[in-house]
Amino acid sequence: MTEFDLSETAEEVLASLWVAEEESDEHSLSLEDLSPSESEEALRELSDAGLASGSSGRLTLTEAGRKAARSIIRRERLAERLLADVLNVGDAVVTEAACKFEHLLRKGIDDEICTLLGHPKVCPHGNPIPPGECCREGARAARTVVSALADMSPRQAGVIAYIHARRRPMLQRLLAMGAVPGAPVMLLQRFPSFVFQLGQGQVAVDRETARDIYVRITGKRPAAQPPLSFSPRARGFRFRRGRRDRS
Amino acid sequence: MGVPALEFVRDLLTGRRHCETCPLAAPAIERKLILVGPPNVGKSVIFNILTGSYVVVSNYPGTTVEVARGRARIGDVLLQVLDSPGAYSLAPSSEDERVARDLLVEERPDLVLHVVDAKNLPRMLPLTFQLIEAELPVALDLNIIDEAARAGLSLDPEQLADDLGIPVIATAAATGVGMDRMRALLSDPPSQPTSFQVDYPPPIESAVQRIVLLLREHSDVATKAVAFLLLQRDDGTWQRVSRLAPEAVAGIERIVAETEDHYNPPLSFPIALARQRAADRLAGRALSARPRSVPQGVGERLGRLAMHPLAGIPILVAVAYFGLYLLVGRLAAGVVVDFLDQRLFEGYINPWCSAFVERILPWPTWVSLFVGEYGLITLGLRYAVAIVLPLVGAFFLLFALLEDSGYLPRLALLLDRLFKQIGLSGRAVIPIILGFGCDTMATLVTRVLESRRERLIATFLLALAIPCSAQLGVILGLLSSHPAGLMIWGGVMVAVFLISGFLASRLLPGETSRFYLEIPPMRWPSLRNVGAKTFARLRWYAAEVIPVFLLASVVIWIGQLAHLFQLAVAAIRPAVHIVGLPDAAGEAFLFGFLRRDYGAARVFDVHSAGAISGVPLVVAMVTITLFVPCIAQFLVMVRERGVRTALAVAAIVLAFAFSVGYFLNLVLITLQVQI
Repeated sequence: MTEFDLSETAEEVLASLWVAEEESDEHSLSLEDLSPSESEEALRELSDAGLASGSSGRLTLTEAGRKAARSIIRRERLAERLLADVLNVGDAVVTEAACKFEHLLRKGIDDEICTLLGHPKVCPHGNPIPPGECCREGARAARTVVSALADMSPRQAGVIAYIHARRRPMLQRLLAMGAVPGAPVMLLQRFPSFVFQLGQGQVAVDRETARDIYVRITGKRPAAQPPLSFSPRARGFRFRRGRRDRS
Repeated sequence: MGVPALEFVRDLLTGRRHCETCPLAAPAIERKLILVGPPNVGKSVIFNILTGSYVVVSNYPGTTVEVARGRARIGDVLLQVLDSPGAYSLAPSSEDERVARDLLVEERPDLVLHVVDAKNLPRMLPLTFQLIEAELPVALDLNIIDEAARAGLSLDPEQLADDLGIPVIATAAATGVGMDRMRALLSDPPSQPTSFQVDYPPPIESAVQRIVLLLREHSDVATKAVAFLLLQRDDGTWQRVSRLAPEAVAGIERIVAETEDHYNPPLSFPIALARQRAADRLAGRALSARPRSVPQGVGERLGRLAMHPLAGIPILVAVAYFGLYLLVGRLAAGVVVDFLDQRLFEGYINPWCSAFVERILPWPTWVSLFVGEYGLITLGLRYAVAIVLPLVGAFFLLFALLEDSGYLPRLALLLDRLFKQIGLSGRAVIPIILGFGCDTMATLVTRVLESRRERLIATFLLALAIPCSAQLGVILGLLSSHPAGLMIWGGVMVAVFLISGFLASRLLPGETSRFYLEIPPMRWPSLRNVGAKTFARLRWYAAEVIPVFLLASVVIWIGQLAHLFQLAVAAIRPAVHIVGLPDAAGEAFLFGFLRRDYGAARVFDVHSAGAISGVPLVVAMVTITLFVPCIAQFLVMVRERGVRTALAVAAIVLAFAFSVGYFLNLVLITLQVQI
């Protein structure tokens, strides 16, 4: 019996168990935390599949169950990202829709979605997405939809999808500088620091910060930006001068 | 270290004091104006034009950490003008933004002029909204309107004024465009509050209203702005609120937690989004032309080249060659110092003063205080005026040119990766480069750095491995005839800088700061600003460092008189011998603490006397460059970092200097290097 044959309710119980274990430092769930409808059917299903074991009113994940649960959480949170960043589904609907969506994401497809989304580290609610093989390999798709600024190529353009910032001052400053979700950006250079066009200004960030800014890719190599050339132009040396038009 | 009398004279000279004391001034209406806005939008230029006094104007985020105050007179209105540090938001994310915010809270201004970069209007308006939410009397100045026009943008200030319900003007302060309109606005600011509101999502809007109601019951500051800061969990605002009645604090905490449940914390996101949407909408209405997506032109091209990893290095070399070598090295250290020192002082002032003092003072001991070997005039003043001021002045001029052109932020992004290795971020380029001018001032400027760890590492490196321009001038002069020696000296300094920085970053706990910086466009430096900055820094130098410098002459005089010097020289003799130097060099080290360049200059004297050359000369130069910071720098270290840290840094630097000297001597002798 594979994990994919589990019922929706059983998957939800697995997911709650995993969250309890990984994110709240409890190692089991009390059966009373589960709703009556969940407990009956789903518990039997889980214990039959060898994914969870119950004793003295508490439910614990088995090793196999832990693996299955991690994969469920990963798919669920990737689905949330997909809905929020690419399909622009409103915040209220994301969680509910993602649950349904998750069941459709079969194993293997989640890595492709993950690559498409630029290997996101957190779901729209800020909870971590368990990394998959693709994240460790740093896989890059031929065409990504969402990408960390650090993975973009020069002159690639897009709009900021979200910023994953653990440091508040940095987040505040970036937001205040106008790097808000929805702001159009274009990467100008990658080395030695990342520089991107933001509105009429330019912002430089280091690699670590560039990894935290996720961009929904909209276009590549727009014609407006000429390639950077070293050849001196006939125009001569003309600065944008500090003192200019007389009124 | 401020000298009250000097400050008074300085204020009189710069017109800061005459308004208060001049009896002829007619009674006037007093108003207080605060200039607010992000870095690089010309706030300080406006300040200079309004007040006519000088302030450090900066093209680099954060250099105006100290608030400049000046006075202006427009008609019969007397304006007190405050120039706040660059700030993007009322929710501070750095020390300078905190200063700007506190200023707005504490100073109770009659008018807040929000100065913005017109071409970036959509990114600038969110702060205008926050100022309105803070119920401040705000007006908006679309500055650098000429750059916006060149980018193909046309703005309608009246439309914006209608939408915002506050006065809006358009200016190009650097060229004086629109300044009449600004003066008219400042002399007669409107007093009607605006009814403008940003549309926030309902949960946030309701939370803000509930918090404001709670605040109104318990506090005298109950604005929407405070509510928003609380929602964003701003530390400073929460601290202030925690002093209110417990039930108010609990109530606010409950509202904030509830709202956070609605969203995914932090709430900064939905708030920033709502503001940005409103800003985009208003800017869209005020803009009557679509911009070109990326500004073009040679300045832009050069700006891109200066950030390019390959092209950036030749540009850096060119800046160092033309700026440091030609301007500071050849022109200032060569031509100007030669003229002032050799011609003016040696030729006229010293002989004349000596003759004069010897005639009026019959006691030889007192004569030596003024005109002896270490006399106040013949040594102290001569060094200050003829050697140090030209060098430091030339360096400050260069620095101001680089700052105003927008080159420094580009240098910061070029060097960020390298600096990360020594525990600093690209931001630290500013204090480190400034250190080549004056390490004392640079130690003060480490305030712009984000974390305590970064400030400490920068302070340490400035004390150890960055020679100031006075010292640099003497060393370059001395070693210019020994190219091999100069190479060894330079190599050792770079190595010590990198290795000690690397060690410090490994030994000090904590993470390296992130680097994120807005890169302003390359602009042709305005001579007015460059002059104002150079003059402001020189004035600071004259007031803060020169007195210490003169004091050092007196200390030396007393030391000589009481034979304390011989004792001290004898005390450090063993250390001097360890690095293979003759007795005569001991005095140089002692002087080096009083003034960094004194030390090098004494080595010069010892060299001239033929007592030192070749390997010992290079070893002496390296050791004395690394050797303890001068008194002025040490005092600033104490003030900025605390006594214990300052003493620890000095002790480590001392040990480091002599160890490096010892090993360098050993290596050079073993390899039988001929210099």
